[in-house]
Amino acid sequence: MNYQAVIGLEVHVQLKTDTKIFCGCSTTFGASPNSQTCPVCLGMPGVLPVLNKKVVEFAIRAGLATNCRIAPRSVFARKNYFYPDLPKGYQISQYELPICQNGHLDIEVDGQVKRIGITRIHMEEDAGKLVHADVPGLGSGSGVDLNRACTPLLEIVSEPDIRSADEAVAYLRKLHQIVVYLGICDGNMEEGSFRCDANVSVMPVGSTTFGTRTETKNVNSFRFVKQAIEHEIERQIELIEEGGKVVQETRLFDPNTGETRSMRGKEEAHDYRYFPDPDLVPLVISNDWVEDTRLSLPELPDARRSRYRSELGLSDYDAEVLTATREMAEYFENCLAAGAPAKGAANWVMGEVTRALNEAGKDIAECPVAPARLTALLQLIEKGTISGKIAKTVFDEMWQSDKAPEAIVEEKGLVQVSDTGAIEKIIDEIMAANMGQVEEFRGGKEKVFGFFVGQVMRASKGKANPAVVNELLMKKLKG
Amino acid sequence: MELFELTLHELHDKLAKREVSSVEATRALLARIEATDSRVNAYITVTPDEALAAAEAADRRIAAGGLTPLTGVPVALKDIFVTRGIRTTCGSKILGNFIPPYDGTVVAKLREAGAVIVGKLNQDEFAMGSSGESSAFGATKNPWNLACIPGGSSSGSAAAIAARSATATLGTDTGGSIRQPASHCGCVGLRPTYGRVSRYGVIAYASSLDQVGPVTRDVTDCALMLGAVAGHDPLDSTSIDLPVPDYAAALTGQVKGLRLGLPKEYYLEGLDPDVKRALDAAIETYRGLGAEFVEVSLPHTDYAVATYYLIATAEASSNLARYDGVRFGHRAAGAANLIDMFRRSRAEGFGAEVKRRIMIGTYALSSGYYDAYYLKAQKVRTLIMQDFMKAFEQVDALLTPVAPTPAFKIGEKVDDPLQMYLSDIFTIPVNLAGTCAISVPAGMSAAGLPIGLQLIGRPFGEETILRAAHAFEQATEWHRHTAQL
Repeated sequence: MNYQAVIGLEVHVQLKTDTKIFCGCSTTFGASPNSQTCPVCLGMPGVLPVLNKKVVEFAIRAGLATNCRIAPRSVFARKNYFYPDLPKGYQISQYELPICQNGHLDIEVDGQVKRIGITRIHMEEDAGKLVHADVPGLGSGSGVDLNRACTPLLEIVSEPDIRSADEAVAYLRKLHQIVVYLGICDGNMEEGSFRCDANVSVMPVGSTTFGTRTETKNVNSFRFVKQAIEHEIERQIELIEEGGKVVQETRLFDPNTGETRSMRGKEEAHDYRYFPDPDLVPLVISNDWVEDTRLSLPELPDARRSRYRSELGLSDYDAEVLTATREMAEYFENCLAAGAPAKGAANWVMGEVTRALNEAGKDIAECPVAPARLTALLQLIEKGTISGKIAKTVFDEMWQSDKAPEAIVEEKGLVQVSDTGAIEKIIDEIMAANMGQVEEFRGGKEKVFGFFVGQVMRASKGKANPAVVNELLMKKLKG
Repeated sequence: MELFELTLHELHDKLAKREVSSVEATRALLARIEATDSRVNAYITVTPDEALAAAEAADRRIAAGGLTPLTGVPVALKDIFVTRGIRTTCGSKILGNFIPPYDGTVVAKLREAGAVIVGKLNQDEFAMGSSGESSAFGATKNPWNLACIPGGSSSGSAAAIAARSATATLGTDTGGSIRQPASHCGCVGLRPTYGRVSRYGVIAYASSLDQVGPVTRDVTDCALMLGAVAGHDPLDSTSIDLPVPDYAAALTGQVKGLRLGLPKEYYLEGLDPDVKRALDAAIETYRGLGAEFVEVSLPHTDYAVATYYLIATAEASSNLARYDGVRFGHRAAGAANLIDMFRRSRAEGFGAEVKRRIMIGTYALSSGYYDAYYLKAQKVRTLIMQDFMKAFEQVDALLTPVAPTPAFKIGEKVDDPLQMYLSDIFTIPVNLAGTCAISVPAGMSAAGLPIGLQLIGRPFGEETILRAAHAFEQATEWHRHTAQL
């Protein structure tokens, strides 16, 4: 029998606010344990939460970017369970009335566009973390670090519309790109800023009844998500083929084996006893707030890509690469704004600029060559002042020295020679020194042409205008 | 007259005239605590060193001309208020060793005003109780009759006022916990409108019902205390951003033309005869002062107690989850594993009433029962609120009993929680409606125990009920009666 996978994803996005969701503590990652805490995020007796407006702003942004309806009234709820790193014994989250609902994202897999529904986006606080063994000052015990407690999260829940691991990864990449574009998440998956729970089930092809699903928790790389889902699909199919039954349970992905394993079964599932948090009044969002936020959104990757294709005439591939990150697209557009030709700027940003950044291990935001400088360089090429090849040398110099390209060209005497007299003189000398090859060319061996071009360029130290060289050389060789 | 016998405003006048110093008044209070508290048990913690230091600071401030109504006045706080550096137990063993690292908003306001905190008052554990018997630090006694309960849960607040071992106190009122003990101890107790006073730093019992309020010797003191602690707090999202009126200025003595409602559901056959007599007399007094009476109906009153015990316990089951032995408070020794540690710490740390309510609340919120209990209770709560709003279309305030009986004997209802819960039948609807109410002394029972009357006001109608209570106080002598200790 053939099987069909049904996949839904729950993505946790850690928001890039300076302070926590219900208190004023810093959210900086990696500080010494419990140094970023106050009575509120420690859950001391008597404390009360106060909602950080920035978190709401970020949630609205995420909702608008994923085509959700923003609820005019949403409610915070308490999710009650006991865990040592959960200071209040409950997590403040949203339940029945989340801030965003009924959205969607379009993904593309193998040239096919597919729409994935987004059920809801809700705001919640993160828990702290436990540090086991060798805790400084505690010896071999377990320590509770509450620096992360109360950091703001969005949980983005998809509809079970995804049918393969590749679709899942495409959806996740797209979501990742959007939240980073929006400036609401740093996207750092290793630090857990963007992590995913995958709900996977299988059913016979053609069936309309979903199989029993499992939930694989906290997978934090695109590669692992693909592996985990593929493994889980395979495992469930094998199990069913062997006459077994999939049990509803929570599973963990082990990156070392590429497999998932059971974490806890449904019989241990929690009853979270959700109810509206009486310490927080319902959140009322005005239409004006939503519309102001909509106006402040950056152009999102999809829109940008199609604009690059239609208005700038770039290829699908170029548009895709240039919009991969907001910083890359902005760098590119800053070049255009400075007067760079679109195609030339695209080639350079994707070529030399990216190469140099990769070699230096730098992000485009840290690129030492400013868009205006790169544009000036491109203009030198356009004007014929330097050749494309020379331009690469100039670029390397710009990377090192913070000098304007004109200055470098001037200083190093790199101005392209287009003066026909000077070039003609070089050609004449070369031809005189290589009469044998001249004869070969005239005898029909046109391959020798390349030899002459090389000689002329070398003699001019690369400064001769290749187009002029080609034209004159052809004329003279043909006699 | 001894210094400890003075009301807040009398002491304030003497401090203003420099007839006494705060240090003298504080010493007098500390001596009074020493003399009475072994019998009354109103205090869990007395802080003489901090109090005398604060009194000295207050005297310097008074000398410099910085006197406010509370400067230099010895006050005591229910042990539910978080106090930086001072043990805060909430009447529970589970917090028996808890020293908070911060002051709540109300405490900070009192300190800023220059009040002298002399100690932390006994209470029913986590404010759960109507008799003061469920404290892990022993039952509080009623100063009028040490064999009787003082009422709860702000038992120590009312008992200390009656015993003259605090000049003014603060309590909290979740289902009547200020008004009922105030009534039983012959004090004035005010539950303000929900959102009027910040709850930041008040250990939560039931967040949507809890409210901070004063327990004092007379209505003027009550107005002064409320004025000192009321107001919006950016640390409490549920506190309301409205200006704080000058409550003392509202005490004009005038009730002529005031329309008072008598809810027919509160005047049932079988109301204790002493209570009934006191109420009838009070109505006559008000008529004499020119107030008008209107019979009104609060048709959902019957459901109030059940509704309260679902909502309050549901919230409590969640609010008390943080007491798990992990980070502060009592931790059981020798647990086998994590879950065992949680279980045993909570089993050892909480008393019977708290456990009972946590279990009721957990049940009410659990899946499959939520709709039938918690959600239904919320709907009934809305109906009860609407009852009040309709009544307030006809009247300025309601006049009702506070408690169905005068104070009962210690131990009398301990084994009958349902009977105990009915002690709050006349106070609970106010908490569900979120509005304000005051209890003022209005009589004495045949057995010599105080009886209070309750005036219920509109939301943020504190000035009206304070004015009405003050007029009654001026016209009667009940607040001048003093417990003999």
